Amino acid sequence: MKMASSVAFDIERVRRDFPILSQQVYDKPLAYFDSAASAQKPTAVIEAIKHTYETEYANVHRGVHYMSQKATDAMEAARETIRAFINAASEREIIFVRGATEGINLVADCWGRQNLKPGSEIILSQMEHHSNIVPWQLIAERTGAIIKVVPVNDAGELEMDAYEDLLGDRTAMVSLTHVSNALGTITPMAEIVRLAHARGVPVLVDGCQAIPHLPVDVQALDADFYVFSGHKLYGPSGIGVLYGKEALLDAMPPYQGGGEMIDLVSFEKTTYADLPFKFEAGTPHIAGVIALGTAIDYITGLGLEKIAAHEDDLLAYGTEQLGKINSLRFVGTAADKTAILSFVLDDVHPHDIGTILDREGVAVRTGHHCAQPIMERYDIAATVRASIGLYNTREEIDVLVTALGRVQEIFGS
Amino acid sequence: MSTGLSDLYQEVILDHSRHPRNFGAAESANRQARGNNPLCGDRVTVYLAVDGHHINDARFDARGCAISIASASMMTEMIKGKTVAQAKSLFDRFHMLVASESGEANGDSDEDMTELASLSGVRAFPTRIKCATLAWHAMSAALDGADDDVKTE
Repeated sequence: MKMASSVAFDIERVRRDFPILSQQVYDKPLAYFDSAASAQKPTAVIEAIKHTYETEYANVHRGVHYMSQKATDAMEAARETIRAFINAASEREIIFVRGATEGINLVADCWGRQNLKPGSEIILSQMEHHSNIVPWQLIAERTGAIIKVVPVNDAGELEMDAYEDLLGDRTAMVSLTHVSNALGTITPMAEIVRLAHARGVPVLVDGCQAIPHLPVDVQALDADFYVFSGHKLYGPSGIGVLYGKEALLDAMPPYQGGGEMIDLVSFEKTTYADLPFKFEAGTPHIAGVIALGTAIDYITGLGLEKIAAHEDDLLAYGTEQLGKINSLRFVGTAADKTAILSFVLDDVHPHDIGTILDREGVAVRTGHHCAQPIMERYDIAATVRASIGLYNTREEIDVLVTALGRVQEIFGS
Repeated sequence: MSTGLSDLYQEVILDHSRHPRNFGAAESANRQARGNNPLCGDRVTVYLAVDGHHINDARFDARGCAISIASASMMTEMIKGKTVAQAKSLFDRFHMLVASESGEANGDSDEDMTELASLSGVRAFPTRIKCATLAWHAMSAALDGADDDVKTE
């Protein structure tokens, strides 16, 4: 993936596409290093929402009138954009949900209810986000299934031998992250899937942190389920995608009942709509879907490879510059990683660091990043996480380093 | 120093955070309560030796930021030797000091409140007020004999 930093990527032009980046905070230019929590939005996305409500809005899939048809066409065009973006075989495999969290809950609930038995094993890893732990705990409680955890090594890489050992006759599901939100580790997903499939075990991939940085081809990965959130992909919040193989989705019971997901309703018997609508009860986030399609058009327009090269350059530069600070220790040093600089400083708590950086205009995330098990793994409560988006610059990394100097001044370390 | 930071990280606070007083579990304690901040994963346990209405000893154990450690450290120094009612009153006034709109504590200013005023800088940092009050909530719960952990949320 690593490419020369000289690849043409007009960063100044790109930054002008994101209105919020010209803001000043505490009279300092905003240096936004929290895209892993939520990315900022380009004008195209903001305009798509405005355009939808101003020119092509009505409820979808029901109305015979002009506006309903227009909104339906726009929404379904976005579904096709998303299908193509992750190379799903069919639009029927693209289910709109509120976000990755809802996608995982949907699979845990609908697939789990049908397939998990007492003693069934679900394999997770030590570096999962809470949203890929708790839904499985909930369904495990209801079904008697058991959760098994793949450990990670000191660098933050999955222990693949341990993973292979955990795969056994009782394994019912593997649900793992594609990129760790706390560490930036890229997991060897194609290999993970291959090993699981050799035992007939399906794999859910939490793609939240992967999708903004890596090209994702669900058919090449052979993932059974792949989830991601729109808001981390420069799209709106409140909209996300669950990809699932059609045969698996077909066999699953619906998630929520309501309008849109039905075929025929009577008090004697209700039949369900075909995919994808079976899993889309209620009026969807219409403008959100359309704007997510716009966000994908925007980043594919910039070029995924160019974005990756730019972000890899910043990751390498940031690793080098932050690495010069004596009291700084990186948390997550996997050979294969992307977009995340997670670290601690000796004797200064991440929360205090975050507050001081904030007053320098630098937005970072501090805390456990909703990944407490991996914090426990490293025997820490929290880290500072500077996450990189396509709009960040080397100059902003320099500002971050200078701001960390202020932390050391104040704390005298 | 940037706006507000010099008020937040005063020398007295940095000193308490670097050298917390009454740190570590107390063997003589007959009351204890734990406080969690689910937002950041910080934890504090407050240990009290209470005899009737009197707090004979107060100690704490914590994993947290400078503000939460300093606040806990100052608190244990102050409530040691006080009555339960006095400790609760001090908590109320401290809460007013750091969390109220006006930042005015009720009642007369005394030596304790003068020292606690060094923590009033958190008022300019709304996300950090919970750091300052976590140990106090745990102390209050320990006095009430609550079984559950205290949470800031």
